[in-house]
Amino acid sequence: MVLLVVVLLNLPTQTVTKLKLAVSGLFLPLFGLAASSREATTRAGDALLSKRDLLREIKELGASNQVLNLQLLQTAEVWRENGRLSQMLNTARQRPWKLRMARVIAREPTTWWRSVWIDLGSRDGMRTNLAVLTPDCFLVGKVQTVGETRSQILLLGDPGLRVSVLAGTNNESGVVISISTSPRGNNLMDLAYLSAASRIHPGDKAITSGVGGVFPGGIPVGQVVDLQPQDNGLSMAARVRLFADLTALEEVWVILP
Amino acid sequence: MNWLNTIFILALAYLGAFLEGSFDLFRNLLGAQISLLPALMVYTSLTAGIGSVALLAVCGGLWLDSLSANPMGVSILPLFVIGFVILRNRDLLLREHRFAQMALGLAAGALFPLGTLFVLLNLGAAPLLGWRLLWQWLVAALSGGLLTPLCFWLFGRLRRAFAYPALRQSSFRPDREIKRGRQ
Repeated sequence: MVLLVVVLLNLPTQTVTKLKLAVSGLFLPLFGLAASSREATTRAGDALLSKRDLLREIKELGASNQVLNLQLLQTAEVWRENGRLSQMLNTARQRPWKLRMARVIAREPTTWWRSVWIDLGSRDGMRTNLAVLTPDCFLVGKVQTVGETRSQILLLGDPGLRVSVLAGTNNESGVVISISTSPRGNNLMDLAYLSAASRIHPGDKAITSGVGGVFPGGIPVGQVVDLQPQDNGLSMAARVRLFADLTALEEVWVILP
Repeated sequence: MNWLNTIFILALAYLGAFLEGSFDLFRNLLGAQISLLPALMVYTSLTAGIGSVALLAVCGGLWLDSLSANPMGVSILPLFVIGFVILRNRDLLLREHRFAQMALGLAAGALFPLGTLFVLLNLGAAPLLGWRLLWQWLVAALSGGLLTPLCFWLFGRLRRAFAYPALRQSSFRPDREIKRGRQ
């Protein structure tokens, strides 16, 4: 038994990933069953909705659609202007994101890692290190392991995930890392490696910096809660409350390349 | 019945590992997930042989690790050690008593995460440790204590459903037999 464990723990990373996907593949029938029963429940719930509620919802959606169309027109104009300016300044123009919706099918069973499984895999164009967002477009994490029909997402707060961010009005750069000292550490993270002269205040927003190549710049991550000096005043560390509620993830966006 | 018992144990471990990953009621309610594997290991080590204990440790551990960010195989050793220790001492344990089952489940539920963390830390991994873990550890221990008697009850029902019923003692007594004819 010990030998088996030693062999398993010393397998090359690629083999371990393949083994993990193969073993978790045994759960595919149950994942399918769970998804279809969830769908049936949703359908039954939809059938029970009254016509009046539906009509009211259509009316509200129509109104919001008109507002969004106006905003889209304005955004298109800003986008064109941005393109012209980028061309004039000879800088690389940021491409629009290609998003793909995925459903969360399983969560991390242990308490010392943070990850979820989603129902998109390599056949849907997934690959490792893609950014994952909530439906409200807040940062969730990145793709860690990719199978044919499902992928594992490493969530913010996992010790293996560090995100470079910009915070405050002066765009101070720091790194969001997991926090382990808080008893309610579900959505509180440390914002570390801030310079001692940082002018960050509670309430300031943290967005991804785009440095590192995994996360595109500008994705909202969280809001600064408090700030304190570290290493005898040589640097500062802040705590950030995440915008994304990682405990209630049901659907997520994946930013495809 | 022995092989059927092992199949039932493995089927429940498979279902338990899946529910641990996909069933969110306890996670949302208690803030921590409960695990069926320690309770199942207590039942297996008290009622089955070393083969079943090893099979449950390997299959249960791999299933759990496959849905987690754990390195593959980390959960096998703690599960097996728990099962092996109970198996070695099971003649000294009052396994039919609910209290003994609960106490063993509590201990197994508490030791399983600790053992897994011990292996992880020895591998050089940096898992998320903190005060929150204490609450999750408490929930894991309590759930182990509560689920173990439930496992015994469930498998008792299954055994009764699939095994031949015990032969009832006959009311016939040879000394009360009426002998016909002369002897």
